[in-house]
Amino acid sequence: MTAVAKEDAIEVEGTVVEPLPNAMFRVELDNGHRVLAHVSGKMRMNFIRILPGDRVKVELSPYDLSRGRITYRFK
Amino acid sequence: MRRAGHILADVMERLRAFVKPGLTTLEVDAEVERFIVDRGARPAFKGYRGFPATVCISINEEVVHGIPSPQRRLRSGDIVGLDLGCIVEGYYADCAFTMALGDVPAPVRKLLDVTRESLELAIEQCWPGRRLSDVSHAVQAHVEPHGFGIVRAFVGHGIGRALHEEPQIPNFGDPGKGPLLKAGMVLAIEPMVTMGSWEVRVLDDGWTAVTKDGSLAAHFEHTIAVTEGGPDVLTSKNGRSVRAA
Repeated sequence: MTAVAKEDAIEVEGTVVEPLPNAMFRVELDNGHRVLAHVSGKMRMNFIRILPGDRVKVELSPYDLSRGRITYRFK
Repeated sequence: MRRAGHILADVMERLRAFVKPGLTTLEVDAEVERFIVDRGARPAFKGYRGFPATVCISINEEVVHGIPSPQRRLRSGDIVGLDLGCIVEGYYADCAFTMALGDVPAPVRKLLDVTRESLELAIEQCWPGRRLSDVSHAVQAHVEPHGFGIVRAFVGHGIGRALHEEPQIPNFGDPGKGPLLKAGMVLAIEPMVTMGSWEVRVLDDGWTAVTKDGSLAAHFEHTIAVTEGGPDVLTSKNGRSVRAA
């Protein structure tokens, strides 16, 4: 039986607008969309703080474009 | 895994004689299940992510994952893809082939031949030291010059104590990329080729994948162990790929 091919996550950049409970953030993407994003596990392990106004890289699932994962904070 | 593979080789041989126009796809499924259970193995697909049957039977424009049905009768002139797997002592094997019922036009016969050949060429790449995408590229390099399409939404896979293990094995790609193949790896390689576009969609049953443009599709698969001495086709009696009907 064939396996269903995993589609690659879409990488985009945006700016953090507001922090939300449960380590989630509202991020405004450069294309104007606002998505709900959580912080990737790797970033949590390295205690990378995210504050409103930070530029971040977000991975979006091709299935649900309104949610994403923050994978990098630019500094 | 070799024992599971040999059972599948026997099933494929049996199916080439058994599958005839007039049978329903459910009758074919029941025959395969009986065959597998009689040899002390378990069907691998039944219950896998909710798949209800032992064999995926995909006719004509159906590419993969067709669900056997008491209504669907095989007809002369159909091309029938049969995809099956079994489990022996916790280890999986997985294989598939596509056969033509009765006479089919020469271009359709060619679709089957080219798809099977692309699998054989991919198997030839399963040596330690090659890279995974060498396998993928072998399929693409053989299929596309014939003007056929390669399905991209589904891929081959590693196999062992689970049906689907890492890595994914696409049927297209540039050579020389991806993980290095090592002796002891076991791969299920499965080119899916269409006479039209590569695009597919899944029907409302949640399983059956059909070509978007309605063109015919073929699918062949073997489970192959990478060994120091080269590829060892576990789903064949002599360790080599066998010609399909």
